[in-house]
Amino acid sequence: MARIVLTDHLNRFIDVQHFDVQGTTLQEILNAAFLKHPSLKSYVVDDQGNLRKHIMVFIDNMLLTDRENLSDIVQPSSEIYIMQALSGG
Amino acid sequence: MADRLWVATRKGLFRIDRNKDTWRINPPSFLGDPVSYVLQDPRDGIVYAALDLGHFGVKLHRSSDAGAHWEEITTPAYPKTEPEEKGASLTLLWCLAAGIIDQPGQLWAGTIPGGLFRSDNRGDSWVLNNALWNLPERKEWQGGGYDEPGIHSICIDPQNGACITIGVSIGGVWHSHNGGESWQPRGNGLRAAYVPPELSKINHFQDAHAIRSAATDPDTLWCQHHNGIFVSKNGGEKWTELLNVAPSVFGFALAVHPHHPDTAWFVPAVKDETRVPVNARLVVNRTRDGGKTFESLSKGLPEKQCYDLVYRHGLDVDKTGLQLAMGSTTGNLWISENSGENWQEIATHLPPIYAVHFSE
Repeated sequence: MARIVLTDHLNRFIDVQHFDVQGTTLQEILNAAFLKHPSLKSYVVDDQGNLRKHIMVFIDNMLLTDRENLSDIVQPSSEIYIMQALSGG
Repeated sequence: MADRLWVATRKGLFRIDRNKDTWRINPPSFLGDPVSYVLQDPRDGIVYAALDLGHFGVKLHRSSDAGAHWEEITTPAYPKTEPEEKGASLTLLWCLAAGIIDQPGQLWAGTIPGGLFRSDNRGDSWVLNNALWNLPERKEWQGGGYDEPGIHSICIDPQNGACITIGVSIGGVWHSHNGGESWQPRGNGLRAAYVPPELSKINHFQDAHAIRSAATDPDTLWCQHHNGIFVSKNGGEKWTELLNVAPSVFGFALAVHPHHPDTAWFVPAVKDETRVPVNARLVVNRTRDGGKTFESLSKGLPEKQCYDLVYRHGLDVDKTGLQLAMGSTTGNLWISENSGENWQEIATHLPPIYAVHFSE
């Protein structure tokens, strides 16, 4: 299972810091994360399900490459950090 | 007079309570978060706070105990579309309006990028008004200040909740007589100075900065427009421009006396290139004769070196029509208890103020 780690700023709104989910792409991982923690969804994606403009996602210390389709590959051992960009604040 | 004022700012929501002859500023809710709008529903006392979280989107909170506790509730959302259609997404919850007394729980929300939403259950769920969203003209609405168009004013006839007038920056004035099932343009007489002359009278090019009506006379509508001040005596069927208003006809904020529809207040500024008080001196303009004459009121307001701008929701009048509150982009807050004749400085170091709202 891949591990999702949330920025401290999200801990203000969602009472969880990290949790494990299954998936082989970032889209699958996020879908699983939103199923597990429904309140997380609107903080990370917009009305159309697109990654919010000022959200950054790192997969194993690499910034995601496909913001549009979230097709970046995730390994079972991956760590996925959901962070806020320094823009947009 | 109202004893409580809500102040929505760039860094949180402040509740300000009258304490004998002074006003007490309470510790803020949502410290650090931009609060784009606040409404206390006069029907049930519930307070709604719209947040504009820079990273995490628009959020909406509700309190039934005057801000002691808040619960996050459903935020209006645009319908999901196929990816190739590039569907809309909520950018800002710009205004909220309570329905009339026999529509308990009904709320309207004006948003950027231009959707009007309705809730019939105190914000537990929201529905996009498709009749407005699907207007062909809506696709020609433009951003005004913000990148995308938005609804900032919602006027509901207190005697007939199905009669609704909205103002859009930039998209004109629209009216529905059937609760939002259909919409008609209501920009006849408005004038846009920032488009080619042949387009200047078209409703959906009008940048109405604020539209307000008197509670006792919803047919009298006032409009602080991007390039002028206008008044209508027939619900927006025909607008009349008020010319030669000193020191300026530019501004954002507007308040209308709840019982005397010919009385309205404006906060003039130098037009769009600079957006500061004329001659760096803050005044409030008041008319009491339907716009035939205006007087500039300044007692208690900064006389010099003042660069405060008052946004379109930064001026409010209470239900007596005597008490006004005004908050600025520089974090200054004033209250007048005599219809604007004298102003008392309440705070000088608040965060930039987006909206002020008296609790009734």
